[in-house]
Parts: sequence; C-alpha cells; structure tokens
Amino acid sequence: MTPTVRKDRGDDGRPIVQEASTREERMAARVAAWRDRWDRQSKRDIDFTSTSSMEVAPIYTPLDLADNDPVDDIGVPGEYPYTRGVYDSMYRTRLWTMRQFAGFATAEETNERYHFLLDHGQTGLSVAFDLPTLMGYDSDHPMSEGEVGVCGVAIDSLADMETLFRGIPLDQVSTSMTINGPAIIFLALYVAVAEEQGVPPDKLRGTLQTDILKEYIAQKEWLFPPEPHLKIIVDMMAWCADHAPKWHPISISGYHIREAGSTAVQELAFTLADGFTYVEEGIRAGLDVDHFAPRLSFFWNAHNDIFEEVAKYRAARRIWARHMKERYGAKEPRSLLMRFHTQTAGCSLTEQQPENNIVRTAIQALAGVMGGTQSLHTNSMDETYALPTEKAVKIALRTQQVIAYESGVANVIDPLGGSYYVEALTDRMETEAETYFRQIEGLGGVVAGIEEGFFQRELASAASRYQEEIDARRRVIVGVNEFIEQDERLEIPILRIDPRYEREQCDRVKELRAKRDNAKYQTAMAELRQAIQDERNLMQPVLDAVRSYATVGEIVELMRDEYGTWREPSIF
Amino acid sequence: MTEQKIRVLVGKPGLDGHDRGAKVVAAALRDAGMEVVYTGLHQTPERIVETALQEDVDVIALSILSGAHMTLLPRVLELMREAGMNDVLLTGGGIISKDDMQALAEMGVGQLFGPGTATGEIVEYIENWVDNRGAKVGITS
Amino acid sequence: MIASASRTPEVAGLLERLVRGDRRALARALTWIEDQQPGFEQLLHATHAGLGRAFRVGVTGPPGAGKSTLTEKFALLCRRRDQKVAVLAVDPSSPFTGGALLGDRIRMQDLTLDDGVFIRSMASRGRLGGLATTSLEAADLLEAFGFDIVIHETVGVGQTERDIVSAADTTVVVLVPESGDAVQTMKAGLMEIADVFVVNKADRPGAENLEQALTATLGLRPRADREWNPPIVRTVAVEGEGIEELAAAIDAHRTHCQESGVLIAKQRARSAERVRDLVARRIDVHVWERSGGEKILEQALERIRDGDATPYSVADEILAAVGSGPGLVRPVTEQEEGT
Repeated sequence: MTPTVRKDRGDDGRPIVQEASTREERMAARVAAWRDRWDRQSKRDIDFTSTSSMEVAPIYTPLDLADNDPVDDIGVPGEYPYTRGVYDSMYRTRLWTMRQFAGFATAEETNERYHFLLDHGQTGLSVAFDLPTLMGYDSDHPMSEGEVGVCGVAIDSLADMETLFRGIPLDQVSTSMTINGPAIIFLALYVAVAEEQGVPPDKLRGTLQTDILKEYIAQKEWLFPPEPHLKIIVDMMAWCADHAPKWHPISISGYHIREAGSTAVQELAFTLADGFTYVEEGIRAGLDVDHFAPRLSFFWNAHNDIFEEVAKYRAARRIWARHMKERYGAKEPRSLLMRFHTQTAGCSLTEQQPENNIVRTAIQALAGVMGGTQSLHTNSMDETYALPTEKAVKIALRTQQVIAYESGVANVIDPLGGSYYVEALTDRMETEAETYFRQIEGLGGVVAGIEEGFFQRELASAASRYQEEIDARRRVIVGVNEFIEQDERLEIPILRIDPRYEREQCDRVKELRAKRDNAKYQTAMAELRQAIQDERNLMQPVLDAVRSYATVGEIVELMRDEYGTWREPSIF
Repeated sequence: MTEQKIRVLVGKPGLDGHDRGAKVVAAALRDAGMEVVYTGLHQTPERIVETALQEDVDVIALSILSGAHMTLLPRVLELMREAGMNDVLLTGGGIISKDDMQALAEMGVGQLFGPGTATGEIVEYIENWVDNRGAKVGITS
Repeated sequence: MIASASRTPEVAGLLERLVRGDRRALARALTWIEDQQPGFEQLLHATHAGLGRAFRVGVTGPPGAGKSTLTEKFALLCRRRDQKVAVLAVDPSSPFTGGALLGDRIRMQDLTLDDGVFIRSMASRGRLGGLATTSLEAADLLEAFGFDIVIHETVGVGQTERDIVSAADTTVVVLVPESGDAVQTMKAGLMEIADVFVVNKADRPGAENLEQALTATLGLRPRADREWNPPIVRTVAVEGEGIEELAAAIDAHRTHCQESGVLIAKQRARSAERVRDLVARRIDVHVWERSGGEKILEQALERIRDGDATPYSVADEILAAVGSGPGLVRPVTEQEEGT
C-alpha cells in the first residue's frame, strides 16, 4: 500500500474533504454517511432494547471493537481466556448433554419417568425435588401439607433414594440434583445408594446445585444463616476433591436470579460474584485453589434475546478465566474453565396460547447451544399450568434433537464469534459486570450485600421495570399484550398429582421411623451434633446418619438447632 | 381530611420461594395508591389470617406457585370465616388451572390471576371490589 | 376503662366490642383513626380515661440497623415478663401516589400468633416527622385497650425525629457498626433524642469504634434532660444477645423519668401537643373544607395571576369567610354521624 500524504487544509485555508486513507477512517466515513441516511428514516414506535431493557444500536461495525484485541480477548476455543469455548473441539467431539429435569409424586413414579426418558435417548438424569424436600421438611411435617410430591419428587430418606434410582446403574449415568439447603445430605444419599450398588464414589458423575448464595438472592430456599451454609459447602468441595473427583459439588446458578427478574448483566455479575465467594471461602479454609476449582460448574438461564444470551455466556467464560488466573492465582488450565448447564427461561413462558412456548423454548435453546453450553434442559410448553405432561416433555426433548441434528449450528464452534454485535455486547457485558463487582466489594462482599438487601432490591426493581414495559406495551409479548385471542380455550392436558401420594408418602416415612434400628440412628445423630460443635468436616457424619436411615427432616432439624435460622431483610 | 386507603395484605403461603410476582404486584398496588402489608415468605394460613386481622386489610392477595393452592386457599378461607372477616376479599395468583380456579371460586375465593396478567388488571379488580363493598364502617359479624 | 358518652350507633357498637377485648374491633378502630373517619374523635374521647398506665418506647435508627428484629426480641422478653405489647411500625407513604409498602412484620413473625401482642403497620400518610399522622392517637387506643408497652418503630436518620421524642417515654436509637461514619453526620439529630443507644450487630468489626465515637460525642452534646446519661447497649438482635441489657436500660430510664418528674412532664407535654394538634387540625378542616376556603383559594389564583389580588388579600378574604361560617366549637360528644 502506498502511503498517502495528507493535508488538512487546502492552499486557500479551507478544510479539504479528502479520501480517508486507513481502513478505519474509511469505515468511519461510511458509518457517518449511513448514520445521516438512517436519521432521516422513520422508525417504529417501540423500545429497541434487549430483553434486559438494554439499549442497543441499530448497527454494529468494526468501530465498536476498537478496544477489542482479537487475539487476547477473543482468541480460539480451548485456550485462555476461553471466550469462544472451553474445549478445543466442542460439539464435533461430543454434543451437549440433553438433560431434562424431572420428578414428581413419589420415588416410585419418578423412577418410571427416568426409565422412560433414558429409553427415549436422554443422556443424563436431572432430579426435581418437591418443596418440602428442598426446605428440609419430612413429608409428614405440618409445613409440608399439600406440597408433597407436587413440584417434584418427595425424598425423605435413603429408602426413597434407593427406589428413585432402582435399575439405574450409577456408574453409567450422570445425575444432576437440584437441591441447595440440604445438598450435603443428598450428596451422602447418592453416595450411599451407589455404595449399595457396589459403585465407589470416584466413579460417580454428576452435579449438585448446592448454590446457597443465589437462594438468599433469588430463590429463597435457605435453611440456616449464610455462614454455616458456606462452611458446609466448603466441606463438600473438600470431600469431593478427595473422594469423588468426577462429581461437581456445586453448580453456581444464575438461572434463578434471572427467573426472579434480573437482567442478563445482573445474572452474569451476581452469579460470578457468588462463584468468587465460594472460591474465596475454599481458599480461606486452606484448600489449594487448583484442588477444588476444576469441579466448580455453572448454570445459566437462556432467555429470548439470542444475542444478549450468547454474549452473556461468552463474557462469563472470559471473566471467570481472567479472575481465576489473575485474582486467585489458579495455575491448572482446568481451574479456569467456566463449564455450564443451561435451562430455557421458565419466566418467559406464557399461559396464553401455550403452544407458542414451544417456539420460545426453541429460540432459547438455540442461544444456549450457540453459546457453547455443556448441557441443556428445554422447558415444556405447559409449565405455566402444572408439571409437564409426558407429551410436552417429549416435544421439548425433540426440540434439542432438531437443533443438534438438523439446524447445522453444532457444526461450527462459537458460530457468532466475530459478529460485530456479539463481540461488542460481550465486551460491554464484561465491563458492566466489573462495575457490579466493584460495587459488591464496596458493600463488603456478597454476604454483606445479601444482609443489606442489595441484590433483592436490584432484582425487584428490574422485575418491576420489565412488567411496566409490558403493561405499557412498549415491550410486546405475543399473545399477552398483542395478538391476543379472545375466548381462548385451553386445549392442552394437565398433569395432576393425586393427593393419595402425599398420604402414602407420610405413611412410608412414619413406618420407616418405627422400623429402623433406632440405636444406630441415635448414635449417628449424636456423632453429627458433635461434629457440628467441633466444626469438623460434616460429610462423613452425614453419610453415617443417612446410612442409619435418619430422615432428611431429622438431619436438617438437628442442624437448624445448632446453626439457627435466617430471615431476609425486607427490601421495600 | 378523612381519607380511606385500600389496605392489602400481599403474602406467600406455603414453601415456594418465588416471590418475583408477589413483589411486582405489591409494588404495583403501592403505585396505585394502596397500602400494602407484605408478609414475606413461608406463611402458614394461621399467620396470614391473624396478620390480616391485626392490619384490618380490605384484601388478602396470595401468590402460590407451588401447586398447593387447593390445600392452602380453602384453609385461609375457613380461618377468615372463623374470624368473622366477611368483608375481606381473598384473591391471588400463581400457577393454577382453570378447573381449580372454578372450584375455588365456588368456595368463595375471589378472582385468581395467572402468569402474564397485567398488573393494571389486578389493581382494577381490587378497586372495583372495594367500591362495590363500600366503606369499612362498623363490624357486622 | 372506657368512658361513656352519647355517641352514634357505630361508635357505640365498636366501643362495646373494644370493652370486651375484641381484637378485630381494635383493628377496625385503628382504621377509623388512621382514616380519620367521622367518629374517631368520639372513640378517643370515650377511651381517654383508660390512659396513663402503659409505657411507651420509641425505636428508631437508620434503615438496615435491625430495628424490627430488635423490637421483636424486646417484645418477646416483655411477654416473658407477662406484659402485653403493642407495636406501631411506621413506613413512609409515597408522596406521589399516597401508597406504601409496609414490610416490617417480616422480621417480627415470632409475635404474630401471640394474643398478648398486637402489631399494626402504619403508613406515614404525609407526616414528615417519622411517625404516621395518627400514630399518637393509635397508641392511645392501644393503651386504653390494655397493652402495657406500646412501641413506636420508625426509620430515622437524624433529621426529623423530634416526633418520636414526644410520642415515647423512652427513645431507643439503634445503630450498627456500618453506621460509624454516619454517626458524624447524624449525630446532631440522633444524639439529642436518644435515651438509650443500641449498637446492634455488635459482633461485626467496627462495633468498638462506633461505641467510642458515641461516647466521645455524647460528652459534647447538650441534652434537655441533664440528669440522664444515655447508656450504650451492645446487642446482636438476631441471636437475641443483649436484649436483657436493653430491657434493663429501658427500665432504668423509666425509673429515672418517674423519680425525676420527667415522665409527668412528658405526659403533660403530650397532652398539650395533642390539644394543639386537635385545634390546628380542626381549624384546618374548618377553614379549608367547611367554610369554603379551598374554593375561595381556587377562584382567587386567577386574580392573583392577573394582579387583581395578592396572597395577602386572599388570606384576608378566606378568614373573613370563616368568620361568617359555622362555629369552630363542635363538641365531640355532640357530633352527628357524617359530620
């Protein structure tokens, strides 16, 4: 290329409009001209914002990536900072795990559903527990009335857990269990069932959610104050690192933060801040970061705005890698990988015209796949009514299979990488997340922020803003505030949970308490109490307690007695 | 000087912790000029009704996403009747099928709102109900 | 306990139920007072004889200091001493919509099902001093109903808490280590009103510093009651720690007030303020509503703009109209329904 000599002014002293010389300047000139023409066009009268109410430009160009270094910031998959993916070959080696979350009624019924799903090509199990189980109440506790087996499966003891996994070899499936407050008990239950099958803990693959910080922030299913919960999580991380190296003891979850009304940036920032907190707790407890960090995994939401979502996953990978390396001194490459599960956004589904939810879910699933997820759950169209029916679950699973085998998106790694829009959005999300990190640090960290109601307030105002946009029709939701069908009649079948399951489950747990070896039970419980008071690692004593057929409710009650309870600050 | 404010208890009975909807509705009712007593999570029917009594609310609005509505709402209604709260509306929302809504309406529960309801619709429903009931004066039971 | 006087059937009915100890009637009567419904003054007039035995405690402090939790724990302790407790928890009304979110009960749930406790959330309804417009009247009714302790709980940041001092016999100011820096800016307000300081969340770093800062500034501040040095109590309210000490400090202040005559003076001041308030409120109603002041004002605004009148001449007009309106003296016992 011949260098051009440039003059700003002509001989008469007037500025010369001349052909810009560098590629950047030529681009800027083009964009400026386009902007002129664009300004003169009429525009539709709605908000041109992302699903998270973020203003987006009408076009993105290389100018938006002026500060982005394609080598250091984007790079290639399987290499720091992992913006484009955590593995070298991604879906060409192995597709994501299609993992449908399922559980209802009793262990018996759910076990049948698992066999059905595995027979239809599902490759991993995902256990949904009922609310009493999630909150650590046995089925016959007064607080459990009307809730047993309704939102998921009721598990009161090792006996139920044995039924749940009957006929499923635990060394051959990977299992995800969505449970947080009582997570350590469920790790023990799973290990104990495997033991009975003759499978040692080091053969177990799967994930427990365990992420208690997001419970305080969003889902509100905590049992104790934050400190003892964090201590128990460190116990689990340490135990797994030593005994169950293929198990993910925690899945740091943004899903519920988003469902509670956050924006994509808040989901990203609050979740990663939670993750950093767990890392700091582990380090504070004297663990080597490279010993436990490779087993940390993530769980994100996939909402409707494909580009915003893909940018979120990409930013999350880059931020996690950078912080793990630079802030926490991780040296193992595996410690830097932000591996994640994705679930499509339940909060995006509408009660009106429920079949449209199939389409929403497909768009969201596409975002998860183009964002490089390691596993995916697609919601069923009927989830705004009740638990999904078998037919609806099957359509949701088929949605994933169509994406995997027909759409072509799995052929290419990070197919949106290099899109001006997506790269600019990725950078912007990283910057905005960093702003939140500083703010949270200023509050004294995540726990202090929770105690002060910071996160809860941020979520409540984002959720209200979203609803206001819908109410004012500045945001269109098909079938809800536009394209409404009057006298719409529901034509999808509803899955009902027969109340007899609750009675049966209550009888079962009462019978168990009467029949078990109560001397063995008493000893195990006394030992657990002692371990709590001595601040020892609780995994072994909890394992002994579940083996003695102590119920989930009994163990939690003992722990509550020792640790106390917690009430959230009112955020208004 | 005399100014009657609509007072509403917004609460979450049962074990589910999904309070996004309850909070959005609480904020919308406040913005519509109502006084909203927010009870927080995990309320038993007994606590809800005792709170409603002390606060002398016009409306009890409950959010239930756990599927336990057929247990919880009839129980709240029963306790309201025992307490003589016959000038108080019980309404709410959540994941509730049309059949269940119908059955609950027959028991005396007010309108129930599903996901995707505009908050304006709820505000309007409460305002109309209070208008039709008239002012709280004495206690009739 | 409840005085009798001629009254409307609704008032009579409600009074009768109040005498029987009906909690729902109490709740409804509080609504009358809050709404200032016709008859509410009769109700208060009729119950006035029941006053003079309850102790009133004010609990104030910045948001997030743990006031509600502290109130709950203190109330639980009072219950163990067999005292009946009423709580009036005030949150601000929105100045734009008039609505309010009242969330203090979330942290007082252990009191909900105890029939020796009554909690009422009140929106400030336009009053700026930290209390609700009718907090004092509501407290009177609760006292007449038989509560031994009436607690006013309200957010305060050191600007506008004068209200709580006149409403409470003992004012407790709750701070947390995080408010250490804020003490410097809020001291003017909060320092003068506190009879007892609480350093809550005292297990957190900074508690020591806060206490020192308080002690240092306390020495410098002039106080109305020179005989009393406000003690500083450390608590961890969520754990129930320090609540006994807080109760002891409140008791000590109560004894001090009784012995020094401060209590009687406070009660006198409260009565005086009540009468002044009532007179002011009735003059307001009389001038603006009954005598058509509002209407005259509306019509005059145009003339003021056109230069045909001034705010001063319009005030004269309104007061002249008042002179010819119905009299200001309308004894509560003679009020008709709907007036």
